[in-house]
Amino acid sequence: MPIHTVKEIVESLKRRETTPVDWTSASLKEISQHDSKVQAFLHVDEEGAMNRAKSLSENGNASLFGVPYALKDNLCTEGIRTTAASRILENYIPPYSATVVKKLEAAGGVLVGKTNMDEFAMGSSTENSAFQKTKNPYDLNCVPGGSSGGSAAAVAAGMVPFALGSDTGGSIRQPAAFCGVVGLKPTYGRVSRFGLIAFASSLDQIGPFTRTVEDAAYVMQAISGHDPLDSTSAPVDVDDFISGLSADVKGLKIGVVTDIDSEGLHPDVRAAVDKAVETLRSAGAEVVEVQLPHSQYAVATYYLIAPAEASSNLARYDGVRYGKRAVGETLLEMYERTRSEGFGMEVKRRIMIGTYALSSGYYDAFYLRAQKMRTLIRQDYEAAFEQCDVIVTPTAPTPAFRFGEKVDNPLQMYLNDMYTIPANLAGLPGISVPCGVSADGLPIGLQMVGRAFDERTLLRAAYAYEQLRGFAMPAPKVEG
Amino acid sequence: MKITEDTIRHVAKLARLAVSDEDVAKLAPQLSDIMDYNEQLQSVALDDVPPTSHPFELYNALREDEPRPSLPREKALANAPDTDGEQVRVPAVLEG
Amino acid sequence: MAFETVIGLEVHVELKTKSKIFCGCQTDFGAPPNTNVCPICLGHPGTLPVLNKEAVELALRAATALNCKINQDCKFDRKNYFYPDLPKGYQISQYDQPIGEHGYIEIDVNGERKRIGIVRVHLEEDAGKSMHAADGSHTLVDYNRTGVPLIEIVSEPDIRSPEEARLYLEGIKSIMQYCGISDCRMEEGSLRCDANISLRPVGQQEFGQKAELKNMNSFRNVQKGLEYEVQRQAEILSSGGTVVQETRRFDEATQTTVSMRSKEEAHDYRYFPEPDLVRLRVDDEWLDRVRASLPELPLEKRDRYMKELQLPVYDAGVLTSDIDIANYFEAVVEAGVDPKSASNWVMSDVLGYVNAEGLTIQQFPVKAEQLAGLIQEIASGKISIKQGREVFKIMCETGKDATVVIREKGFEQISDEGALVAIVEEAIAKNPKSVEDYRAGKEKALGALVGQVMKATKGKANPAVVNKMILERIRG
Repeated sequence: MPIHTVKEIVESLKRRETTPVDWTSASLKEISQHDSKVQAFLHVDEEGAMNRAKSLSENGNASLFGVPYALKDNLCTEGIRTTAASRILENYIPPYSATVVKKLEAAGGVLVGKTNMDEFAMGSSTENSAFQKTKNPYDLNCVPGGSSGGSAAAVAAGMVPFALGSDTGGSIRQPAAFCGVVGLKPTYGRVSRFGLIAFASSLDQIGPFTRTVEDAAYVMQAISGHDPLDSTSAPVDVDDFISGLSADVKGLKIGVVTDIDSEGLHPDVRAAVDKAVETLRSAGAEVVEVQLPHSQYAVATYYLIAPAEASSNLARYDGVRYGKRAVGETLLEMYERTRSEGFGMEVKRRIMIGTYALSSGYYDAFYLRAQKMRTLIRQDYEAAFEQCDVIVTPTAPTPAFRFGEKVDNPLQMYLNDMYTIPANLAGLPGISVPCGVSADGLPIGLQMVGRAFDERTLLRAAYAYEQLRGFAMPAPKVEG
Repeated sequence: MKITEDTIRHVAKLARLAVSDEDVAKLAPQLSDIMDYNEQLQSVALDDVPPTSHPFELYNALREDEPRPSLPREKALANAPDTDGEQVRVPAVLEG
Repeated sequence: MAFETVIGLEVHVELKTKSKIFCGCQTDFGAPPNTNVCPICLGHPGTLPVLNKEAVELALRAATALNCKINQDCKFDRKNYFYPDLPKGYQISQYDQPIGEHGYIEIDVNGERKRIGIVRVHLEEDAGKSMHAADGSHTLVDYNRTGVPLIEIVSEPDIRSPEEARLYLEGIKSIMQYCGISDCRMEEGSLRCDANISLRPVGQQEFGQKAELKNMNSFRNVQKGLEYEVQRQAEILSSGGTVVQETRRFDEATQTTVSMRSKEEAHDYRYFPEPDLVRLRVDDEWLDRVRASLPELPLEKRDRYMKELQLPVYDAGVLTSDIDIANYFEAVVEAGVDPKSASNWVMSDVLGYVNAEGLTIQQFPVKAEQLAGLIQEIASGKISIKQGREVFKIMCETGKDATVVIREKGFEQISDEGALVAIVEEAIAKNPKSVEDYRAGKEKALGALVGQVMKATKGKANPAVVNKMILERIRG
């Protein structure tokens, strides 16, 4: 039995045609068949998942009742190893679960495993995992994107109907684009960060990977909402995302950004995105031109703020209370060895940049200026949203690239996030929806960014496009 | 902006990272490149712009002063690399 | 050369909340190691802080009581440094927007009132406790104290002597206790103090090179340490040397200060706004409520005792040194006792008993109203002062009311002249020698006559009444 969409599973279970055990077994079977090639999972909890599925046979009213899912390995799961794909947390077993995990549990979901990622979510290709390289199901020689590459690949390869990831500068949307699935980064504060191993606290946000926009609405409905354990979670009511979905785009104003630097934009990506805009226009949406004049500074701003916060967030990995400890005669020696052996190169690089940007004499020149630029970027969006409802861009400038292509040039890797980063800086919701395939057969993603806490409109626009686009994503090779 | 190898060593010390000479030689030009790129923020007039620490201004996320259960000690220390059963043990803290 | 001493103090005070500042763990002192801990205060990956409202309330009370300007819109920052008892690798504190600034307290130095400026009061979290093995082989860490709410109170360099430093600390402590902010038990670490001290030639404007003094675990040791430091620095400067800017530790055994580090590592705390917390906004209503809820502060109370209750400065000082003592005293007065009598009884008898028994005033078994009852029995002449002391002792042991004890002990005095007249006249008749002696000018002879009456009444006669009756009869 191949894995279906969330909606199909939920409805089939409601009609009592299938049982939670059927879907969990199906998911585990897909994983055992494909994951040796894709390597999306760091840990598969077969026993836990089957026990959980069996225990669910009686109570069928929860919204994701009986639906198997996977979690990016930076989401803490009580009693289940959680590593953030880092050596330093190789044997870490959290004594508590993240709020999203508890919510999915309450919604009746069945956790089947934890997925690979760039170490501490730092990267755009999942090559920075300390443990394994996840392959793009559409081309095993290509990266799945990152940092949530494992979750994207797991959904794309049909191993789970949905997975959660985290997005700090594009880490949900970019791998969703690369793997031909839907990926949503909610408004900052929409989903509790409690239990998400922090990369950059003011940018991180948890969101779903699904095969359809409708599924994303299902998962969002289950994980959204204010959490008293996260001070930055917004006390904002959660809309009904599912009932808002409609293929009707009449009256919807689509913003197209005219002043974004498109020098590195791949021609296939450009063509696919242009075509998507045309599709929406011809279906009755109004297309307006908008400007985001400061988005050219977004990458620089991001690469000061995110490393600065990360340098402090990662100070807790010191070999004292949990995680790896290296041998050292003195405390200082123990600290330095633990952290040098425990962190990979990219993590160290970002800790160094962040430490430098915050250090005495540089704070005003770098960190403070970046925070001020963040204000201007936010204001650009506020102005743009006076003219439109959603802003459309490519998700990434290129389709998935090959392994090793950008590893030695960190800055090149960073520039891959140019379209996704501004939404993180402004805290806005963004979604990536498949909008075509490159000449090489690699998926291309269309990014839509919406107003703060207006995921309802964003999902509606994305859903409408998905209905109107007139093609289905070809199945990835790994399935065939 | 040129980041010297001495600066790399100083920053690594602050961050408690041991760096080899090789690391230093590799990191200095990489960080210089990245900070060069980040220099572009210097060209924008930002004096009168207020800084943003959070995407949205929220206030007073407060909790009531109500004690909640702590972890049992075994669970609290379960992940610790070294303990004496009651406390976490670390190598000697040398003054200085 | 004559030098002027310049001292500034940094005082950390633990706030009396039930739970920690950012998580629900309890704050009780003396719990077994690592039992008041949770994933949040242990800094586990993915955990987040949520600010305790009561910690803010107490910090506001402190800042207001210390006459600070309140920053009604302020934020928290991270202070980054590595230490095993600091789980997250940073301390959540307040950097450039403390909750209170520009305050002061007043102290009385040699009968003169002096104002000591407060630079700032800010809210932060405490660290855990490190125990270094005696042989230097390892360190053990207990995280129970991690995340207990603290305020740091930084004084201006307005303090001019070690004695003033002690008076300042006593002032801070009594204000904190009066306002229910902290227990301020230095031996439990709920009040900690570091000092900056320098000397400068009298008349010089700029400050001299300062030393930072740590590890003083009592007010007395703060004064001792500073006194030693004054002497040490004066000797260096007098012989033409310069004071090294360094951190020094007070060594209790030798009563001296010793240098803590040879190489002073330059700290770079890389402060930045704490992204896991949102801004704190104290609206006018909240602030007004805090202001209105503050009690009369120690110095105001002392002034009032002297002015309104006509108490001597010494009494007023002793009675107001502790809010519980002051409250007890005031309850005695309110029950109708003359303030000076109440003061005498509270200072000598009550505090004497409490101190000897190692009790707090709240644990003292005789309630203020009961003490007032006793004092009134004495004032009315029902029992003598001597009997009163005995009654007090029994009251302390049993907690009974004075009237009950007096009745049980048969201590009631006979003050009724009609009941005494026969005994008085008998005593005069039986002791003509004493009467003669008295008339001859030996006033002591009167005592013998009174003694006879007391003996005959088994001590119950009111001596003053007996005195008066005998004199009426034997005076010519």
